[in-house]
Amino acid sequence: MNSETLKRHFRESFKSIGRNRWMTFASISAVTVTLIIVGVFMTMMMNLDKIATNLEEDVEIKVLVDLAADDAAIKELEKQLKDNPKLTEIEFSSNEEELEIMIKGYGEEFALYKQGNPLRHVFYVKATDPQDTIKVAKEIEGYDYAFEVKYGEGKVEKLFNILNTGRNVGIVLMIALVFTAMFLISNTIRITIVARKQEIEIMKLVGATNSFVRIPFILEGIWLGILGAILPMILITLAYFNLYDYIQPKLEGELFQPLSKTPFIYQLNGLLLLIGIFIGAWGSFMSVRKFLKV
Amino acid sequence: MIKMKNVYKKYANGVVASNGINIDIHRGEFVYVVGPSGAGKSTFIKMIYREEVPTNGEVHFDNINVGQLQQKEVPKLRRRIGVVFQDFKLLPKLNVYENIAFALEVIEETPAEIRKKVNEVLKLVGLTQKARMFPNELSGGEQQRVSIARSIVNQPELVIADEPTGNLDPETSWDIMDIFEKINARGTTIIMATHNKEVVNTIRHRVIAIEGGIIIRDEIGGDYGYE
Repeated sequence: MNSETLKRHFRESFKSIGRNRWMTFASISAVTVTLIIVGVFMTMMMNLDKIATNLEEDVEIKVLVDLAADDAAIKELEKQLKDNPKLTEIEFSSNEEELEIMIKGYGEEFALYKQGNPLRHVFYVKATDPQDTIKVAKEIEGYDYAFEVKYGEGKVEKLFNILNTGRNVGIVLMIALVFTAMFLISNTIRITIVARKQEIEIMKLVGATNSFVRIPFILEGIWLGILGAILPMILITLAYFNLYDYIQPKLEGELFQPLSKTPFIYQLNGLLLLIGIFIGAWGSFMSVRKFLKV
Repeated sequence: MIKMKNVYKKYANGVVASNGINIDIHRGEFVYVVGPSGAGKSTFIKMIYREEVPTNGEVHFDNINVGQLQQKEVPKLRRRIGVVFQDFKLLPKLNVYENIAFALEVIEETPAEIRKKVNEVLKLVGLTQKARMFPNELSGGEQQRVSIARSIVNQPELVIADEPTGNLDPETSWDIMDIFEKINARGTTIIMATHNKEVVNTIRHRVIAIEGGIIIRDEIGGDYGYE
Protein backbone atom coordinates (compact mmCIF):
# COMPACT_ATOMS: atom_id res chain seq x y z
CA MET A 1 0.00 0.00 0.00
CA ASN A 2 1.45 3.38 -0.97
CA SER A 3 1.35 6.50 1.19
CA GLU A 4 -1.31 8.11 -1.03
CA THR A 5 -3.61 5.18 -0.42
CA LEU A 6 -2.95 5.30 3.30
CA LYS A 7 -3.74 9.03 3.31
CA ARG A 8 -6.90 8.28 1.37
CA HIS A 9 -7.95 5.65 3.93
CA PHE A 10 -7.48 8.13 6.77
CA ARG A 11 -9.28 10.90 4.88
CA GLU A 12 -12.18 8.60 3.96
CA SER A 13 -12.54 7.30 7.51
CA PHE A 14 -12.80 10.88 8.86
CA LYS A 15 -15.16 11.98 6.08
CA SER A 16 -17.39 9.03 6.69
CA ILE A 17 -17.78 9.94 10.36
CA GLY A 18 -18.98 13.38 9.28
CA ARG A 19 -21.21 12.08 6.48
CA ASN A 20 -23.03 9.48 8.55
CA ARG A 21 -23.70 11.73 11.53
CA TRP A 22 -26.62 9.89 13.09
CA MET A 23 -24.99 6.52 12.76
CA THR A 24 -21.77 7.94 14.16
CA PHE A 25 -23.74 9.33 17.09
CA ALA A 26 -25.48 5.96 17.64
CA SER A 27 -22.19 4.04 17.55
CA ILE A 28 -20.39 6.46 19.85
CA SER A 29 -23.32 6.36 22.29
CA ALA A 30 -23.21 2.56 22.32
CA VAL A 31 -19.47 2.61 23.04
CA THR A 32 -19.92 5.31 25.71
CA VAL A 33 -22.69 3.51 27.58
CA THR A 34 -20.92 0.16 27.59
CA LEU A 35 -17.57 1.63 28.55
CA ILE A 36 -19.15 3.48 31.49
CA ILE A 37 -20.59 0.19 32.73
CA VAL A 38 -17.31 -1.63 32.08
CA GLY A 39 -15.37 1.18 33.78
CA VAL A 40 -17.53 1.27 36.91
CA PHE A 41 -17.44 -2.49 37.15
CA MET A 42 -13.67 -2.58 36.70
CA THR A 43 -13.18 0.08 39.37
CA MET A 44 -15.21 -2.00 41.79
CA MET A 45 -13.50 -5.24 40.83
CA MET A 46 -9.99 -3.84 41.04
CA ASN A 47 -10.66 -2.29 44.44
CA LEU A 48 -12.21 -5.48 45.75
CA ASP A 49 -9.18 -7.34 44.42
CA LYS A 50 -6.91 -4.93 46.28
CA ILE A 51 -8.80 -5.56 49.53
CA ALA A 52 -8.71 -9.30 48.87
CA THR A 53 -4.95 -9.12 48.33
CA ASN A 54 -4.55 -7.10 51.54
CA LEU A 55 -6.50 -9.74 53.44
CA GLU A 56 -4.45 -12.51 51.94
CA GLU A 57 -1.18 -10.80 52.66
CA ASP A 58 -2.25 -10.31 56.23
CA VAL A 59 -2.36 -14.07 56.81
CA GLU A 60 0.54 -14.97 59.07
CA ILE A 61 2.13 -18.28 60.02
CA LYS A 62 3.12 -18.64 63.66
CA VAL A 63 5.92 -21.13 64.26
CA LEU A 64 6.24 -22.15 67.93
CA VAL A 65 9.78 -23.19 68.83
CA ASP A 66 10.47 -26.41 70.70
CA LEU A 67 11.33 -25.86 74.40
CA ALA A 68 14.37 -28.05 73.99
CA ALA A 69 15.86 -25.68 71.41
CA ASP A 70 18.97 -23.80 72.55
CA ASP A 71 20.27 -20.64 70.90
CA ALA A 72 22.15 -22.59 68.22
CA ALA A 73 19.04 -24.60 67.43
CA ILE A 74 16.96 -21.42 67.18
CA LYS A 75 19.55 -19.95 64.82
CA GLU A 76 19.40 -23.10 62.73
CA LEU A 77 15.62 -22.98 62.54
CA GLU A 78 15.79 -19.31 61.57
CA LYS A 79 18.27 -20.16 58.81
CA GLN A 80 16.01 -22.93 57.55
CA LEU A 81 13.07 -20.51 57.41
CA LYS A 82 15.12 -17.80 55.72
CA ASP A 83 16.49 -20.24 53.15
CA ASN A 84 12.99 -21.29 52.11
CA PRO A 85 12.09 -19.16 49.03
CA LYS A 86 8.39 -19.66 49.73
CA LEU A 87 8.72 -17.65 52.95
CA THR A 88 9.12 -13.95 53.56
CA GLU A 89 9.02 -11.41 56.42
CA ILE A 90 10.57 -13.75 58.99
CA GLU A 91 10.42 -12.20 62.46
CA PHE A 92 11.61 -13.67 65.71
CA SER A 93 9.79 -12.99 68.94
CA SER A 94 11.27 -14.35 72.18
CA ASN A 95 9.09 -15.83 74.92
CA GLU A 96 9.58 -12.61 76.94
CA GLU A 97 8.29 -10.51 74.08
CA GLU A 98 5.37 -12.90 73.68
CA LEU A 99 4.53 -12.48 77.35
CA GLU A 100 4.66 -8.68 77.00
CA ILE A 101 2.16 -8.93 74.16
CA MET A 102 -0.05 -11.12 76.30
CA ILE A 103 0.11 -8.73 79.26
CA LYS A 104 -0.80 -5.85 76.95
CA GLY A 105 -3.67 -7.80 75.50
CA TYR A 106 -5.13 -9.53 78.54
CA GLY A 107 -4.10 -7.48 81.56
CA GLU A 108 -1.55 -7.10 84.32
CA GLU A 109 -2.46 -10.35 86.09
CA PHE A 110 -0.48 -12.16 83.45
CA ALA A 111 2.61 -10.37 84.75
CA LEU A 112 2.71 -13.15 87.36
CA TYR A 113 4.08 -15.44 84.71
CA LYS A 114 7.25 -13.41 84.60
CA GLN A 115 8.48 -15.71 87.42
CA GLY A 116 8.21 -18.81 85.25
CA ASN A 117 7.43 -17.97 81.64
CA PRO A 118 5.41 -20.86 80.17
CA LEU A 119 5.46 -19.38 76.66
CA ARG A 120 7.63 -20.46 73.77
CA HIS A 121 9.82 -18.48 71.42
CA VAL A 122 8.00 -17.77 68.19
CA PHE A 123 8.82 -17.08 64.54
CA TYR A 124 6.22 -15.05 62.63
CA VAL A 125 6.51 -15.69 58.90
CA LYS A 126 4.43 -15.05 55.79
CA ALA A 127 4.15 -17.10 52.62
CA THR A 128 5.66 -15.32 49.61
CA ASP A 129 2.51 -16.28 47.70
CA PRO A 130 -0.33 -16.11 50.26
CA GLN A 131 -2.13 -18.90 48.39
CA ASP A 132 0.77 -21.21 49.44
CA THR A 133 0.18 -20.60 53.16
CA ILE A 134 -1.29 -23.99 53.96
CA LYS A 135 1.25 -25.95 51.95
CA VAL A 136 4.22 -24.11 53.36
CA ALA A 137 2.89 -24.38 56.92
CA LYS A 138 2.79 -28.15 56.54
CA GLU A 139 6.37 -28.01 55.27
CA ILE A 140 7.55 -26.06 58.32
CA GLU A 141 5.95 -28.66 60.61
CA GLY A 142 8.64 -31.03 59.39
CA TYR A 143 11.52 -28.79 60.52
CA ASP A 144 13.55 -29.77 63.61
CA TYR A 145 12.69 -27.65 66.64
CA ALA A 146 9.43 -26.47 65.12
CA PHE A 147 7.07 -27.52 67.87
CA GLU A 148 3.83 -26.38 66.34
CA VAL A 149 2.75 -24.35 63.32
CA LYS A 150 -0.40 -22.21 63.47
CA TYR A 151 -1.94 -20.28 60.57
CA GLY A 152 -5.63 -20.02 61.48
CA GLU A 153 -6.50 -23.45 60.12
CA GLY A 154 -9.99 -23.64 58.67
CA LYS A 155 -10.47 -19.87 58.63
CA VAL A 156 -7.66 -19.30 56.13
CA GLU A 157 -8.99 -21.98 53.78
CA LYS A 158 -12.44 -20.41 53.93
CA LEU A 159 -11.09 -16.92 53.38
CA PHE A 160 -9.07 -18.02 50.37
CA ASN A 161 -12.04 -19.89 48.95
CA ILE A 162 -14.28 -16.86 49.22
CA LEU A 163 -11.67 -14.55 47.73
CA ASN A 164 -10.88 -16.91 44.85
CA THR A 165 -14.54 -17.46 44.05
CA GLY A 166 -15.10 -13.71 44.17
CA ARG A 167 -12.22 -13.10 41.79
CA ASN A 168 -13.35 -15.79 39.33
CA VAL A 169 -16.94 -14.54 39.33
CA GLY A 170 -15.58 -11.04 38.72
CA ILE A 171 -13.44 -12.14 35.80
CA VAL A 172 -16.33 -14.07 34.22
CA LEU A 173 -18.68 -11.10 34.65
CA MET A 174 -16.10 -8.75 33.20
CA ILE A 175 -15.52 -10.95 30.13
CA ALA A 176 -19.29 -11.33 29.66
CA LEU A 177 -19.68 -7.56 29.88
CA VAL A 178 -16.93 -6.88 27.34
CA PHE A 179 -18.44 -9.45 24.97
CA THR A 180 -21.89 -7.92 25.33
CA ALA A 181 -20.34 -4.55 24.59
CA MET A 182 -18.60 -5.93 21.52
CA PHE A 183 -21.81 -7.51 20.28
CA LEU A 184 -23.77 -4.31 20.86
CA ILE A 185 -21.20 -2.16 19.11
CA SER A 186 -20.66 -4.50 16.20
CA ASN A 187 -24.44 -4.48 15.68
CA THR A 188 -24.59 -0.71 15.68
CA ILE A 189 -21.67 -0.53 13.28
CA ARG A 190 -23.32 -3.19 11.13
CA ILE A 191 -26.36 -0.95 10.74
CA THR A 192 -24.09 1.88 9.58
CA ILE A 193 -22.40 -0.46 7.14
CA VAL A 194 -25.66 -1.90 5.80
CA ALA A 195 -26.56 1.68 4.92
CA ARG A 196 -23.33 1.78 2.90
CA LYS A 197 -23.73 -1.61 1.25
CA GLN A 198 -23.91 -0.01 -2.18
CA GLU A 199 -20.64 1.80 -1.62
CA ILE A 200 -18.90 -1.49 -0.83
CA GLU A 201 -20.58 -3.19 -3.79
CA ILE A 202 -19.36 -0.49 -6.18
CA MET A 203 -15.87 -0.54 -4.72
CA LYS A 204 -15.72 -4.28 -5.30
CA LEU A 205 -17.07 -3.95 -8.84
CA VAL A 206 -14.44 -1.44 -9.85
CA GLY A 207 -11.76 -3.81 -8.64
CA ALA A 208 -11.04 -2.87 -5.03
CA THR A 209 -9.31 -5.54 -2.99
CA ASN A 210 -10.94 -6.66 0.25
CA SER A 211 -8.35 -4.92 2.38
CA PHE A 212 -8.82 -1.68 0.44
CA VAL A 213 -12.54 -1.79 1.29
CA ARG A 214 -11.98 -2.87 4.85
CA ILE A 215 -9.26 -0.49 6.07
CA PRO A 216 -11.29 2.77 6.07
CA PHE A 217 -14.10 1.00 7.92
CA ILE A 218 -11.73 -0.38 10.52
CA LEU A 219 -10.12 3.04 10.95
CA GLU A 220 -13.58 4.51 11.35
CA GLY A 221 -14.34 1.87 13.99
CA ILE A 222 -11.17 2.89 15.83
CA TRP A 223 -12.15 6.59 15.78
CA LEU A 224 -15.61 5.66 17.06
CA GLY A 225 -14.01 3.61 19.83
CA ILE A 226 -11.75 6.50 20.83
CA LEU A 227 -14.55 9.07 20.70
CA GLY A 228 -16.81 6.73 22.64
CA ALA A 229 -14.16 6.24 25.33
CA ILE A 230 -13.64 9.96 26.07
CA LEU A 231 -16.77 10.54 28.15
CA PRO A 232 -16.44 7.35 30.23
CA MET A 233 -12.80 8.23 30.94
CA ILE A 234 -13.69 11.73 32.13
CA LEU A 235 -16.72 10.61 34.15
CA ILE A 236 -14.95 7.75 35.88
CA THR A 237 -11.89 9.88 36.67
CA LEU A 238 -14.03 12.61 38.22
CA ALA A 239 -16.19 10.13 40.10
CA TYR A 240 -13.21 8.18 41.44
CA PHE A 241 -11.29 11.29 42.52
CA ASN A 242 -14.34 12.61 44.39
CA LEU A 243 -15.32 9.27 45.90
CA TYR A 244 -11.73 8.61 46.95
CA ASP A 245 -11.41 11.97 48.70
CA TYR A 246 -14.76 11.40 50.41
CA ILE A 247 -14.33 7.77 51.48
CA GLN A 248 -10.61 7.39 52.11
CA PRO A 249 -10.37 9.55 55.28
CA LYS A 250 -13.30 7.65 56.78
CA LEU A 251 -11.56 4.28 56.49
CA GLU A 252 -9.29 3.14 59.27
CA GLY A 253 -6.51 0.60 59.06
CA GLU A 254 -4.65 -0.55 56.03
CA LEU A 255 -6.77 -3.53 55.09
CA PHE A 256 -9.68 -1.70 53.52
CA GLN A 257 -7.90 1.13 51.74
CA PRO A 258 -9.09 1.85 48.16
CA LEU A 259 -6.53 1.93 45.36
CA SER A 260 -4.74 5.27 45.40
CA LYS A 261 -5.85 7.63 42.63
CA THR A 262 -2.66 7.34 40.61
CA PRO A 263 -1.51 5.26 38.86
CA PHE A 264 -4.82 3.39 39.11
CA ILE A 265 -6.89 5.94 37.21
CA TYR A 266 -4.29 6.19 34.42
CA GLN A 267 -4.24 2.43 34.08
CA LEU A 268 -8.03 2.25 34.05
CA ASN A 269 -8.31 5.02 31.45
CA GLY A 270 -5.68 3.35 29.30
CA LEU A 271 -7.58 0.10 29.53
CA LEU A 272 -10.91 1.74 28.65
CA LEU A 273 -9.32 3.42 25.65
CA LEU A 274 -7.82 0.13 24.49
CA ILE A 275 -11.13 -1.69 24.94
CA GLY A 276 -12.87 1.11 22.98
CA ILE A 277 -10.36 0.88 20.15
CA PHE A 278 -10.49 -2.89 20.12
CA ILE A 279 -14.27 -3.20 20.07
CA GLY A 280 -14.56 -0.44 17.45
CA ALA A 281 -12.04 -2.10 15.14
CA TRP A 282 -13.39 -5.58 15.78
CA GLY A 283 -17.01 -4.47 15.31
CA SER A 284 -16.15 -2.90 11.95
CA PHE A 285 -14.08 -5.85 10.85
CA MET A 286 -16.86 -8.33 11.60
CA SER A 287 -19.59 -6.20 10.05
CA VAL A 288 -17.83 -5.36 6.81
CA ARG A 289 -16.78 -8.97 6.27
CA LYS A 290 -20.33 -9.92 5.40
CA PHE A 291 -20.49 -7.53 2.48
CA LEU A 292 -17.18 -8.38 0.89
CA LYS A 293 -18.45 -11.42 -0.95
CA VAL A 294 -19.64 -9.48 -4.02
CA MET B 1 -11.57 -12.49 -25.76
CA ILE B 2 -14.53 -14.10 -24.05
CA LYS B 3 -15.27 -17.76 -24.46
CA MET B 4 -18.08 -19.68 -22.78
CA LYS B 5 -18.13 -23.47 -22.90
CA ASN B 6 -21.26 -25.39 -21.91
CA VAL B 7 -22.09 -22.86 -19.22
CA TYR B 8 -24.84 -23.97 -16.88
CA LYS B 9 -26.06 -21.88 -13.99
CA LYS B 10 -28.69 -22.94 -11.49
CA TYR B 11 -29.56 -20.65 -8.58
CA ALA B 12 -30.26 -21.87 -5.06
CA ASN B 13 -34.00 -21.30 -5.63
CA GLY B 14 -33.94 -23.80 -8.51
CA VAL B 15 -34.06 -21.27 -11.37
CA VAL B 16 -31.86 -22.28 -14.30
CA ALA B 17 -30.55 -19.03 -15.82
CA SER B 18 -28.03 -20.56 -18.16
CA ASN B 19 -28.60 -23.94 -19.74
CA GLY B 20 -25.56 -24.84 -21.81
CA ILE B 21 -24.30 -21.59 -23.32
CA ASN B 22 -21.41 -21.66 -25.82
CA ILE B 23 -20.12 -18.40 -27.23
CA ASP B 24 -17.05 -16.58 -28.52
CA ILE B 25 -16.76 -12.79 -28.36
CA HIS B 26 -13.77 -11.16 -30.00
CA ARG B 27 -11.76 -8.12 -29.00
CA GLY B 28 -13.23 -4.89 -30.32
CA GLU B 29 -16.72 -6.28 -30.93
CA PHE B 30 -19.97 -4.52 -29.98
CA VAL B 31 -22.50 -7.12 -28.88
CA TYR B 32 -26.15 -6.67 -27.90
CA VAL B 33 -27.63 -9.29 -25.61
CA VAL B 34 -31.40 -9.36 -26.08
CA GLY B 35 -34.29 -11.48 -24.83
CA PRO B 36 -37.38 -11.28 -22.64
CA SER B 37 -37.15 -10.46 -18.93
CA GLY B 38 -35.91 -13.43 -16.92
CA ALA B 39 -34.31 -15.03 -20.00
CA GLY B 40 -30.86 -15.11 -18.41
CA LYS B 41 -29.29 -11.96 -19.90
CA SER B 42 -28.12 -10.55 -16.57
CA THR B 43 -26.69 -13.87 -15.44
CA PHE B 44 -24.86 -14.11 -18.77
CA ILE B 45 -23.08 -10.80 -18.24
CA LYS B 46 -22.60 -11.21 -14.48
CA MET B 47 -20.67 -14.42 -15.08
CA ILE B 48 -18.15 -12.47 -17.17
CA TYR B 49 -17.14 -10.11 -14.35
CA ARG B 50 -17.68 -12.84 -11.79
CA GLU B 51 -20.56 -11.48 -9.85
CA GLU B 52 -21.98 -14.93 -10.51
CA VAL B 53 -20.07 -18.19 -10.86
CA PRO B 54 -21.28 -20.90 -13.28
CA THR B 55 -22.54 -24.13 -11.70
CA ASN B 56 -20.97 -26.07 -14.56
CA GLY B 57 -18.94 -25.24 -17.64
CA GLU B 58 -16.25 -22.61 -18.22
CA VAL B 59 -16.16 -18.85 -18.72
CA HIS B 60 -12.86 -17.54 -20.05
CA PHE B 61 -11.65 -13.95 -20.21
CA ASP B 62 -8.53 -14.12 -22.38
CA ASN B 63 -6.66 -16.96 -20.70
CA ILE B 64 -8.34 -16.60 -17.34
CA ASN B 65 -10.86 -19.21 -16.28
CA VAL B 66 -13.19 -16.77 -14.53
CA GLY B 67 -15.20 -19.39 -12.64
CA GLN B 68 -12.07 -20.95 -11.16
CA LEU B 69 -10.51 -17.63 -10.17
CA GLN B 70 -9.40 -17.37 -6.55
CA GLN B 71 -11.18 -14.69 -4.53
CA LYS B 72 -8.04 -12.59 -4.25
CA GLU B 73 -7.56 -12.61 -8.03
CA VAL B 74 -11.04 -11.23 -8.72
CA PRO B 75 -10.07 -7.53 -8.28
CA LYS B 76 -7.43 -7.90 -11.01
CA LEU B 77 -10.06 -9.24 -13.44
CA ARG B 78 -12.51 -6.46 -12.59
CA ARG B 79 -9.91 -3.78 -13.25
CA ARG B 80 -9.93 -4.93 -16.87
CA ILE B 81 -13.72 -4.64 -17.13
CA GLY B 82 -15.95 -1.57 -16.79
CA VAL B 83 -19.56 -2.12 -15.74
CA VAL B 84 -22.52 0.22 -16.37
CA PHE B 85 -25.86 -0.39 -14.67
CA GLN B 86 -29.45 0.54 -15.44
CA ASP B 87 -29.73 2.26 -12.06
CA PHE B 88 -26.31 3.99 -12.46
CA LYS B 89 -25.09 2.95 -9.00
CA LEU B 90 -23.52 6.30 -8.21
CA LEU B 91 -22.58 7.21 -4.66
CA PRO B 92 -24.99 9.98 -3.65
CA LYS B 93 -22.59 11.65 -1.24
CA LEU B 94 -19.80 12.02 -3.78
CA ASN B 95 -19.86 14.62 -6.54
CA VAL B 96 -19.43 13.77 -10.23
CA TYR B 97 -15.66 14.13 -10.15
CA GLU B 98 -15.32 12.06 -6.97
CA ASN B 99 -17.62 9.33 -8.28
CA ILE B 100 -15.36 8.88 -11.28
CA ALA B 101 -12.09 9.31 -9.38
CA PHE B 102 -13.27 6.63 -6.97
CA ALA B 103 -12.61 3.91 -9.58
CA LEU B 104 -8.99 5.06 -9.87
CA GLU B 105 -8.39 5.54 -6.13
CA VAL B 106 -9.43 1.96 -5.66
CA ILE B 107 -6.65 0.77 -7.96
CA GLU B 108 -4.20 3.11 -6.23
CA GLU B 109 -3.46 5.54 -9.07
CA THR B 110 -1.42 8.63 -8.24
CA PRO B 111 -3.37 11.89 -7.68
CA ALA B 112 -1.83 13.43 -10.81
CA GLU B 113 -2.90 10.46 -12.95
CA ILE B 114 -6.36 10.56 -11.40
CA ARG B 115 -6.81 14.26 -12.25
CA LYS B 116 -5.64 13.73 -15.81
CA LYS B 117 -7.76 10.65 -16.52
CA VAL B 118 -10.93 11.96 -14.84
CA ASN B 119 -10.75 15.23 -16.79
CA GLU B 120 -10.31 13.26 -19.99
CA VAL B 121 -13.40 11.12 -19.50
CA LEU B 122 -15.44 14.07 -18.26
CA LYS B 123 -14.71 15.69 -21.60
CA LEU B 124 -15.62 12.50 -23.49
CA VAL B 125 -19.04 12.25 -21.80
CA GLY B 126 -19.57 16.04 -21.94
CA LEU B 127 -19.79 16.72 -18.21
CA THR B 128 -16.75 18.90 -17.60
CA GLN B 129 -19.00 21.78 -16.47
CA LYS B 130 -20.85 19.61 -13.97
CA ALA B 131 -17.88 17.98 -12.27
CA ARG B 132 -18.70 19.51 -8.86
CA MET B 133 -22.40 18.65 -8.89
CA PHE B 134 -23.91 15.79 -6.92
CA PRO B 135 -25.89 12.92 -8.51
CA ASN B 136 -29.25 14.21 -7.23
CA GLU B 137 -28.65 17.49 -9.06
CA LEU B 138 -28.29 15.69 -12.40
CA SER B 139 -30.83 14.33 -14.91
CA GLY B 140 -31.04 10.57 -15.50
CA GLY B 141 -29.06 10.86 -18.72
CA GLU B 142 -26.33 12.85 -17.01
CA GLN B 143 -26.15 10.33 -14.19
CA GLN B 144 -25.74 7.54 -16.73
CA ARG B 145 -22.94 9.48 -18.36
CA VAL B 146 -21.16 9.69 -15.01
CA SER B 147 -21.62 5.96 -14.61
CA ILE B 148 -20.16 5.37 -18.09
CA ALA B 149 -17.27 7.72 -17.34
CA ARG B 150 -16.54 5.76 -14.16
CA SER B 151 -16.59 2.48 -16.08
CA ILE B 152 -14.08 3.61 -18.70
CA VAL B 153 -11.79 5.86 -16.68
CA ASN B 154 -9.21 3.15 -16.07
CA GLN B 155 -9.26 2.23 -19.77
CA PRO B 156 -10.72 -1.27 -19.48
CA GLU B 157 -10.55 -3.71 -22.37
CA LEU B 158 -14.22 -4.55 -21.99
CA VAL B 159 -17.27 -2.53 -20.99
CA ILE B 160 -20.35 -4.41 -19.87
CA ALA B 161 -23.62 -2.47 -19.77
CA ASP B 162 -26.77 -3.90 -18.22
CA GLU B 163 -29.78 -2.04 -19.67
CA PRO B 164 -27.95 1.30 -19.78
CA THR B 165 -30.87 3.07 -21.45
CA GLY B 166 -33.57 1.29 -19.44
CA ASN B 167 -34.36 4.31 -17.28
CA LEU B 168 -33.87 7.00 -19.92
CA ASP B 169 -36.14 8.77 -22.39
CA PRO B 170 -35.54 8.01 -26.11
CA GLU B 171 -33.64 11.21 -26.87
CA THR B 172 -31.25 10.75 -23.97
CA SER B 173 -30.82 7.10 -24.95
CA TRP B 174 -29.39 8.18 -28.30
CA ASP B 175 -26.87 10.42 -26.56
CA ILE B 176 -25.80 7.55 -24.36
CA MET B 177 -25.50 5.20 -27.34
CA ASP B 178 -23.38 7.81 -29.05
CA ILE B 179 -20.92 7.64 -26.14
CA PHE B 180 -20.81 3.85 -26.30
CA GLU B 181 -20.10 4.06 -30.04
CA LYS B 182 -17.19 6.39 -29.33
CA ILE B 183 -15.82 4.03 -26.70
CA ASN B 184 -16.13 1.08 -29.08
CA ALA B 185 -14.41 3.07 -31.84
CA ARG B 186 -11.36 3.35 -29.54
CA GLY B 187 -11.10 -0.43 -29.60
CA THR B 188 -12.92 -1.28 -26.37
CA THR B 189 -15.15 -4.35 -26.55
CA ILE B 190 -18.75 -3.68 -25.52
CA ILE B 191 -21.37 -6.14 -24.34
CA MET B 192 -24.74 -4.55 -23.74
CA ALA B 193 -27.88 -6.24 -22.44
CA THR B 194 -30.83 -4.23 -23.68
CA HIS B 195 -34.57 -4.09 -24.30
CA ASN B 196 -34.24 -1.05 -26.55
CA LYS B 197 -35.57 -2.22 -29.89
CA GLU B 198 -35.03 1.15 -31.62
CA VAL B 199 -31.39 1.22 -30.66
CA VAL B 200 -30.66 -2.36 -31.70
CA ASN B 201 -32.44 -1.97 -35.02
CA THR B 202 -30.81 1.37 -35.84
CA ILE B 203 -27.22 0.98 -34.69
CA ARG B 204 -26.54 -2.47 -36.07
CA HIS B 205 -24.10 -4.78 -34.29
CA ARG B 206 -23.88 -8.44 -33.39
CA VAL B 207 -27.06 -9.60 -31.60
CA ILE B 208 -27.15 -12.54 -29.21
CA ALA B 209 -30.70 -13.53 -28.25
CA ILE B 210 -31.17 -15.54 -25.06
CA GLU B 211 -34.36 -17.32 -24.02
CA GLY B 212 -34.77 -19.80 -21.18
CA GLY B 213 -31.03 -19.76 -20.52
CA ILE B 214 -30.01 -20.78 -24.06
CA ILE B 215 -28.81 -18.80 -27.08
CA ILE B 216 -31.52 -19.00 -29.70
CA ARG B 217 -29.93 -16.58 -32.18
CA ASP B 218 -26.46 -15.15 -32.78
CA GLU B 219 -26.35 -12.83 -35.76
CA ILE B 220 -23.89 -10.15 -36.85
CA GLY B 221 -25.81 -7.00 -37.83
CA GLY B 222 -29.04 -8.68 -36.69
CA ASP B 223 -32.21 -6.98 -35.52
CA TYR B 224 -33.95 -6.95 -32.17
CA GLY B 225 -36.41 -9.64 -33.17
CA TYR B 226 -39.06 -9.08 -30.48
CA GLU B 227 -42.18 -6.93 -30.47
